Amino acid sequence: MTLLPETTQKKLGLVIDLDVCVGCHACVVNCKEWNTGGYGAPLSDVEPYGDNPSGAWLNRIHTFEITPADAPAQIVHFPKSCLHCEDAPCVTVCPTGASYKRSEDGIVLVEEDKCIGCGLCAWACPYGAREMDPVENVMKKCTLCVDRIYNDNLLEIDRTPACVKTCPANARHFGDFADPNSAVSIMTLERGGYDLMPEMDTKPVNKYLPPRPKANPATAASESKQLAPAFAPKAGEGLLGWIDRALEKLG
Amino acid sequence: MAVPAIEAEKSPHVSDEIRKTTCYMCACRCGINVHLRKGENGQPKIRYIEGNRDHPINKGVLCAKGSAGIMQHYSPARLSKPLKRVGERGEGKFEEIEWDEALAIAGKWLGDVRASDPKKLAFFTGRDQSQSFTGWWAQQFGTPNFAAHGGFCSVNMAAGGIYTFGGAFWEFGAPDWEKSEFFMIFGVAEDHDSNPIKMGLSRMKARGKKIVGVNPVRTGYNAIADEWVAITPGTDGLFVLAIVHELLKAGKIDLDYLIRYTNAPWLVIDDPDADDHGLFARDKDGNALVLDRKTGKAVAYNKKGVKSHLKGEVKLGRLGRGKRRAVPSFELLARKYLSEEYAPENVSETTGIPVNQIKRLAAEIAEAAFEKEVVVHQPWTDMKGEKHDKMIGRPVAFHAMRGISAHSNGFQTCRSIHLLQILLGSIDSPGGFRFKPPYPRPIAGQPKPHGGNKPNEPLSGPHLGFLRSPQEMLINEDGSPQRIDKAFSWEAPMSSHGLMHMVISNAHARDPYGIDVLFMYMANMSWNSSMNSVGVMKMLTDKDEDGEYIIPKIIYSDAYSSEMVAFADLILPDTTYLERHDAISMLDRPISEPEAMCDAIRWPVIEPDRDVRGFQTTLINLGSLLKLPGMTNEDGTAKYKDYADYITNHQRKPGIGPLAGWRGKDGSKTGRGEPNPDQIQRYIENGGFSETHVPKEALYFKHANMAWQNWAVEMGLQDAPVENVFQLYLEPLRQFQLCAEGKAKPEPPESHKQRILQCFDPLPSWYEPFEGTAIDTKEFPYHALTQRPAAMYHSWGSQNAWLRQIHGSNPMYIPSEICDEAGLEDGDWAWIISHHGRIKVPVARMGAVNNKTMWTWNAIGKRKGAWSLSPGAPESTKGFLLNHIINELLPPKGDGLRWSNSDPITGQAAWFDLRVRVEKAEADEELSLPQYDEQKNPVDRKTETLSYGKEWTK
Amino acid sequence: MHPAVSVIFFTVTSGVGLGLMFLLGLGWPMHEGMIPVLLSCILAGGLTVAGLISSTFHLGHPERAWRAFSQWRSSWLSREGVLAVVTLTLFGIYSLAWAFFDMRIELLGYVISILAALTVYATAMIYAQLKTVPNWNSQLTPLCYLAFSLAGGVILASAIGSAEMMLSLPTPILSAIALVIAWLAKLIWWSRAGKIGFSATGSDTGTATGLGKIGKVKLFEKPHSGENYLTKEMVHQIGRKHANKLRLIALVLGLAMPLVLCFLALSTGAIVPLLILGFISMMAGLFAERWLFFAEAKHAVSLFY
Repeated sequence: MTLLPETTQKKLGLVIDLDVCVGCHACVVNCKEWNTGGYGAPLSDVEPYGDNPSGAWLNRIHTFEITPADAPAQIVHFPKSCLHCEDAPCVTVCPTGASYKRSEDGIVLVEEDKCIGCGLCAWACPYGAREMDPVENVMKKCTLCVDRIYNDNLLEIDRTPACVKTCPANARHFGDFADPNSAVSIMTLERGGYDLMPEMDTKPVNKYLPPRPKANPATAASESKQLAPAFAPKAGEGLLGWIDRALEKLG
Repeated sequence: MAVPAIEAEKSPHVSDEIRKTTCYMCACRCGINVHLRKGENGQPKIRYIEGNRDHPINKGVLCAKGSAGIMQHYSPARLSKPLKRVGERGEGKFEEIEWDEALAIAGKWLGDVRASDPKKLAFFTGRDQSQSFTGWWAQQFGTPNFAAHGGFCSVNMAAGGIYTFGGAFWEFGAPDWEKSEFFMIFGVAEDHDSNPIKMGLSRMKARGKKIVGVNPVRTGYNAIADEWVAITPGTDGLFVLAIVHELLKAGKIDLDYLIRYTNAPWLVIDDPDADDHGLFARDKDGNALVLDRKTGKAVAYNKKGVKSHLKGEVKLGRLGRGKRRAVPSFELLARKYLSEEYAPENVSETTGIPVNQIKRLAAEIAEAAFEKEVVVHQPWTDMKGEKHDKMIGRPVAFHAMRGISAHSNGFQTCRSIHLLQILLGSIDSPGGFRFKPPYPRPIAGQPKPHGGNKPNEPLSGPHLGFLRSPQEMLINEDGSPQRIDKAFSWEAPMSSHGLMHMVISNAHARDPYGIDVLFMYMANMSWNSSMNSVGVMKMLTDKDEDGEYIIPKIIYSDAYSSEMVAFADLILPDTTYLERHDAISMLDRPISEPEAMCDAIRWPVIEPDRDVRGFQTTLINLGSLLKLPGMTNEDGTAKYKDYADYITNHQRKPGIGPLAGWRGKDGSKTGRGEPNPDQIQRYIENGGFSETHVPKEALYFKHANMAWQNWAVEMGLQDAPVENVFQLYLEPLRQFQLCAEGKAKPEPPESHKQRILQCFDPLPSWYEPFEGTAIDTKEFPYHALTQRPAAMYHSWGSQNAWLRQIHGSNPMYIPSEICDEAGLEDGDWAWIISHHGRIKVPVARMGAVNNKTMWTWNAIGKRKGAWSLSPGAPESTKGFLLNHIINELLPPKGDGLRWSNSDPITGQAAWFDLRVRVEKAEADEELSLPQYDEQKNPVDRKTETLSYGKEWTK
Repeated sequence: MHPAVSVIFFTVTSGVGLGLMFLLGLGWPMHEGMIPVLLSCILAGGLTVAGLISSTFHLGHPERAWRAFSQWRSSWLSREGVLAVVTLTLFGIYSLAWAFFDMRIELLGYVISILAALTVYATAMIYAQLKTVPNWNSQLTPLCYLAFSLAGGVILASAIGSAEMMLSLPTPILSAIALVIAWLAKLIWWSRAGKIGFSATGSDTGTATGLGKIGKVKLFEKPHSGENYLTKEMVHQIGRKHANKLRLIALVLGLAMPLVLCFLALSTGAIVPLLILGFISMMAGLFAERWLFFAEAKHAVSLFY
């Protein structure tokens, strides 16, 4: 059914820390690798060795350049996958009921056997989180590794989305946002985690932690922190005189 | 309620079996769990590759490259059978042959050389993680001409570090991520320690500590650094010495550390006319002298109870009555760096770094080191027997790699960084830089370079090493080089890694001599692993007046249909990294972390479906065919069946073999012990690696720590305690200067003297990179360099169906100011022109970059037809290499000589010295230039779509 | 947005078919006799069905299209499907009764008219509901769809019907008026679309990423160097020059030509051939209009690219 559940027991999702993401694409490729043999149809590639290679991916990293008014331009790496919105427009537009949001944990999934491949859900999503598989012709999206997080065949510590497990910079965190005491909730609160495109009224579950402010190269050290000369610059010995004093202290 | 008709299955089957091995998608060497599941044909197929949580390197994480291993393993570009060239070199026309024939051909070629003139074999390996074996093989063969790719890659870092303090960044040390207060990272290549650095940066961030990125380009690690230093390429040394200047001026240095662990107190002879001016004053036993503060006399530095001074003057000679004077090297050092030449105000313009930033960073470094000292309450005893009740740390850490290394001033720049670390007292102190076992290993514990060339005889020792003085160079009576790459000659005296990038050029020029067989492994010389790739292609195909190739025979081993394959006469197909045995060995560059001695293996987690052999096994086979010593039993039979057999049973010294874990007949010994037939199995059971923790008492100050020395001896890392006095003042460099001054032998050629005097400063120094001084900077005002993307390693990734979607082409990222001047917009095409050539490239504007520097991703561009890609692949049509416009030689000067474009001390290729200008290209065809003829592909291309893992989905 | 031919053909053709159906349901006079009635009904139903069939070419799995009738409670696409089928079924009954039993069931006709209008409305709402595409996200979108549907229906009905006058106006004049109204609606739509871009809603790459607080944000590197589904489907770029040319073509073929033909039909009396010609021209104009409807629409995802 493509009506959204009024509430979900859990709100599972990701925190993405833009302050530490180095843009290495580990999450992107590990996601592809896990999912192409996992939930639903494979993630296909067209012209894999040809002129225009392209394929279905559930997670992609954009790289943005930001130019502040009074500091050098900076780069921010920006991973983007399904945000498992509370008001997921991709779900309600689905004509077949293939797209649904789970009432137990809030994960938005596609039941691919029902998907007619109309593409409307991808149009309804403001984030570009859904991609039609070019070979299987069904809509693919992040499942939050629903086939990992409850999977008894995996060690408990590995019951986390592939992207989270593999991230070398620890820029991705998985948890329950319905629980105010969960690590992800606390992190979001403490670091000013924000929603993407709140104007779209989608109420995304995933949160983004902003990059911390950068030091400006033009800034001088504050007076109290400046290095004071250890010796009178004029004195013939300079540093060497200081060494005498300092070595005496060493004994 | 939203209830789907079919619930997602909670616990779907993941895999039938997990096999644990070591990744080889780059040089980082992470532990991986390879999940196997039955494929369509009923055979095991790779379902998933993930990081191994127990592994000391990556602790469960895995990067994009590692995660794309499936596509690497099943790549259509894999070679499938030995090949014999049938067309002309470079065309790529081959016929398939059997292994017997391939080995017979190679055996004949190599055997003839060995019996007549072994140096006519040049054996060089590229991305080789088995150098302790390949080097040993070459030693048994007897050619002096062996090296891996270090000279092209990062010898400046290794040599600069080992000569200075017996360690080096990455391979032999790491930042103390858990205790550091301040971390500065210089120009790092993504494939070296890639995951540990990312994990470490993240830990620093989590602990709220400061990260500073020093790099012309603000991507990757620099993007997340708290502060970016937008340095002009090749000026890092000057920046670092300006910080040294500031610290010295403020007295923010650790004098106690300098006296205890360095040669700062050692007395340097000040006798300008003497033959030993600038060398250390020594007693009759060769011990350097210091000035004793108590007595005012010169005594041996290691005399018990001596209180060394850091300043002052002594008269040498009996009873201090001689005429000759000497001063502590520290005094020379202080005078040098306190000079206004290094004041922030005077380096700001050259480095492109604001004065405020240099001064503030110096203050922040001083604050971290001296106001935030870290104390580990762990008693320890130093090598003099003095007991310490705690370990005091200076929590400032640095890391540097390629961006420092690949300049003609890289060795001195690397030393400058180490100088800074040592002045702060942060080498192997808590919060600083930490040695990884088997390091520290100072020069005294390193081999010397060995040459020689006797028919049918092995070399007397390893090829590569660290010479202690000019007298140990590998040159002939007349001063000419003994090695084909001219390593350890006047061209590059301290070239501890050899100079792979000069081999083809020198062999083609028959300078110092011609060769008969060029034998290479995993080195894409005709493309992205050379400077001047166009020239190299010509050298490989040039014929002499008799119509014979100037380089007569080329044997090449690779797993994939690379650009270099087309230029070989005989191809020995290698396996993928999941089909082979390997030892990442304590004898070479193991995977240790600061707190544990670790080594690892690879093993065939999946059987080859092609007629291919691991290259090392092929070498073993060739070795027994050639009856090489060490590979042949007394009865003439093969000593080792294959590489796995060698790994298990080879002993370099009694009890010491390629792997340190589970030695001894029953596997109960570590480090030392007789071979264990089950050793590899034990590694497999343990996840592919062994890990032995360093005792707590030995965790820091390893260079001077008795507990470490004892443990290292016990573990077989060294045979006896090795003293490690950090060499701030590097005497061998001064010895070279004395040779150039005509005061010592051997005497360098006249042409080299000036350069040796200028560059071989025994104290870390900075000089302008050579290319910038050899061209008109008005004509070539900008710098151009490459970075390796995090998701792609060399050209290897290009045939990877997943990675090439991420990086299928590369634009030139050009600072907006330069674009405005040249009238360039995003998507335009431009000519990038160096003194050596021009390339046409797509343009992208960028702001977050040093405003004189343009850059692109490394090794994305491919030759048309290579790697089993379609001829119209974006890698060939839009991708490009910067290598085409970098020459291995500097522009000619008036003297008619061509200097090599490399560091004069180590021979490190200086590809980051490149200077260019940019011109808007005419708006015609959108095609990168130059283009080359399509290379024939010896394996089939795949054109169908890919739905990997379909058999496991519903 | 990527202008898919199957969808353009569907919205234009079904729209006109349903427009004609709407008028037939209201009782637009037709020539008497089984054959003419049958032909008229087949035309209305046929255009509608042809459009619907075309729309299934857009689907990845047309064999599962039947599933699309299930989610009418939330999905406009589902509603459109359900409405189209109900409308067509009732219209089939209506047509059979009319053609074979000469019974034009008035009440059923009205129901069909309402359903036909609702079907067109539902089609339009598939697009108008999307917040992600500000150009479309307006009640002006269904207005345009309905107006074009009606105009197409009126020209067609005027050409093949038996009435010379409707609402006290000669049918060619009525056609001309319907056309003008439809294009007026479209001009208003275009005018809004020109103003409503993401810049007007205050959204840009800076707000989309939440990074705008730091400074001016631009895409530095796409996630992958080549194209992907999202860039092909939703980040379709069309040049302003190209768009203006197509708008002119749409106006000339969709409005000017049919208008001239309407007046020619009135003055020459050759109503049937000239109005049919006018209808064909209008259809060509509508294809251009609909191509632009997609091609010019910017999707929120483009803010990330």
